[in-house]
Amino acid sequence: MSADEPLLSVRDLRISFDGAEAVRGLSFDVHAGEVLALAGESGAGKSLTARALLGLVPRDAVVRGTVRLRGGTELVGAKPRTLAALWGRRVALVPQDALSALSPVHPVGDQIAAAVRSLRGVSRREARARAAAALDRVGVPAARCGAYPHELSGGMRQRAVVALATAGDPDLVVADEPTTALDPDLRDQVLRLLAERQEETGAALVLVTHDLAAVRDHADRVLVLYAGRHAESGPAAPVLDHPRAPYTAGLLASLPPAAPVPGRGRRLPAIGGVPPAPGEPAVGCAFAPRCPLAEDRCRADVPGPRRVGAAAERREVSCHRSADLPGALGELFREAV
Amino acid sequence: MNALLEVRDLVVRYGAALAVDHVSFEVRAGETLALVGPSGCGKSSTAAAALLLRRPDGGEVRFEGRELTRLPERDLRALRPAMQPVFQDPYGSLSPRQRIRDAVAEPLRVQGRWDAATGPARVAELLARVGLDAAHGLRRPHELSGGQCQRAGIARALASEPRLLVLDEPVSALDPSVRAGVLNLLAELQETLGLGYLFICHDMALVRHFADRTAEMRDGRLVRVS
Ligand SMILES: Nc1ncnc2c1ncn2[C@@H]1O[C@H](COP(=O)(O)OP(=O)(O)OP(=O)(O)O)[C@@H](O)[C@H]1O
Ligand code: SF4
Ligand SMILES: [Mg+2]
Repeated sequence: MSADEPLLSVRDLRISFDGAEAVRGLSFDVHAGEVLALAGESGAGKSLTARALLGLVPRDAVVRGTVRLRGGTELVGAKPRTLAALWGRRVALVPQDALSALSPVHPVGDQIAAAVRSLRGVSRREARARAAAALDRVGVPAARCGAYPHELSGGMRQRAVVALATAGDPDLVVADEPTTALDPDLRDQVLRLLAERQEETGAALVLVTHDLAAVRDHADRVLVLYAGRHAESGPAAPVLDHPRAPYTAGLLASLPPAAPVPGRGRRLPAIGGVPPAPGEPAVGCAFAPRCPLAEDRCRADVPGPRRVGAAAERREVSCHRSADLPGALGELFREAV
Repeated sequence: MNALLEVRDLVVRYGAALAVDHVSFEVRAGETLALVGPSGCGKSSTAAAALLLRRPDGGEVRFEGRELTRLPERDLRALRPAMQPVFQDPYGSLSPRQRIRDAVAEPLRVQGRWDAATGPARVAELLARVGLDAAHGLRRPHELSGGQCQRAGIARALASEPRLLVLDEPVSALDPSVRAGVLNLLAELQETLGLGYLFICHDMALVRHFADRTAEMRDGRLVRVS
């Protein structure tokens, strides 16, 4: 296997419910040591995609395409036994709703020790020592190993979940942030912690977020989704500084500016309209009803990802007009103020 | 300039726990005071007590100069329309079975200001004010998007002709691409109607952009006002 073979390859991933496609043909790679943010609005398909990377999809979902781990293991349609052997060892999930990941009736130290034992087959005593070390690494003092989840603060609980997910040194960690992530300080803390662990172990990290502003601080690369499709992807800094897809540009333009812009008062450039409802028929570009650049072909054909910039950047934009877009895309949305 | 809302040494207890510990601030007409701080620090408890949705356990709340904490409920009822809450969850703040136009008309009816001849036009005007049309008025909350629903909630609050809005995380449940539109609406309403806003929010970039002043809470206490 070559050094630059991706850790994980996703090709034409499609997830549908009752004939309605929620994820509509996604392809991307995750490389070892990389932090990839999956960004997009509510219902864009981030969580479904993220969970598909672990072979975890809702029972009534129909999944097509491939999700392949380095070495050839295919996750789409894999048998429960195959998946169970991968969880914790090669791929792991950090749900940001910590309470759902921890059992309320066992001390956190015991829960991690049990995970270590099942992953490593070590003795009880050895497992307990490793659990204490894992908690210590994420800043939970040994004295708190015996605490039940409800006895820990929200921050401590999140740390315990990170320790639990990373106890088996997985190659890929997927962290899903719910829309209602309340405390931004807590979120930043957990993301920093995950990034530290990732740096130590060289694992890849996939972060799910609806907040583009958080991407810059925490990710190397970003994949922006709109209505279950690729909108734009590439290295985080250039994508955020010079977005090339109208949707990304509009979203960034509508964020409150770091410093007041003279003459604009408090008005923000807004994107008109609303995202499509789930399952709405997908003719043409899903962003067309809201896009100031839309033209006839946008409403007729779905734009596929096209490379922009140097090949090494792996930057792609899904827009029919990617070749003739104006330089300052954000300006287009300023009109709508 | 006189304060619209003046809160002095506000105290809220839940059993033995002190959720709001002698908090003081004021909101002037036409101004936005942001109330910020980590989750659980007492922001929403402060707001509920300032609106007298819950009687404070200590301190004073003055609205347009009038002390409210010891007023009987009957007198409060007459004042409530002037101070309206707008909540985070756009769906939860409207009754699921009620059509939007009826939800907006309700305050007019309850306050005895409904007039069969002019009422429907007033409702249409309120909906238009927040960027909704007659067709939206016929729908129920779950038939609207989150942003539209939040607009409907604002239209309902405006029906009471308030002078103060208490906005508890009004945009944090909205999709990012819809958020700016609702914020622009709030800014416009404030400028044209001179409303005072108590704006609870945990997004500091947004607070810096939107608020005139900021009050920061931690563990029930006000640690800084600017
Ligand atoms: N079990 C399910 N049954 C039917 N539809 C589903 C199911 N799970 C998800 N969906 C639909 O798939 C679409 C994508 O859902 P997903 O949870 O991936 O969104 P998301 O991007 O994570 O959104 P959020 O930011 O709100 O978490 C949505 O339209 C959702 O309603
Ligand atoms: S394909 Fe057309 S509608 Fe879609 S983003 Fe590009 S210009 Fe806008
Ligand atoms: Mg999700």
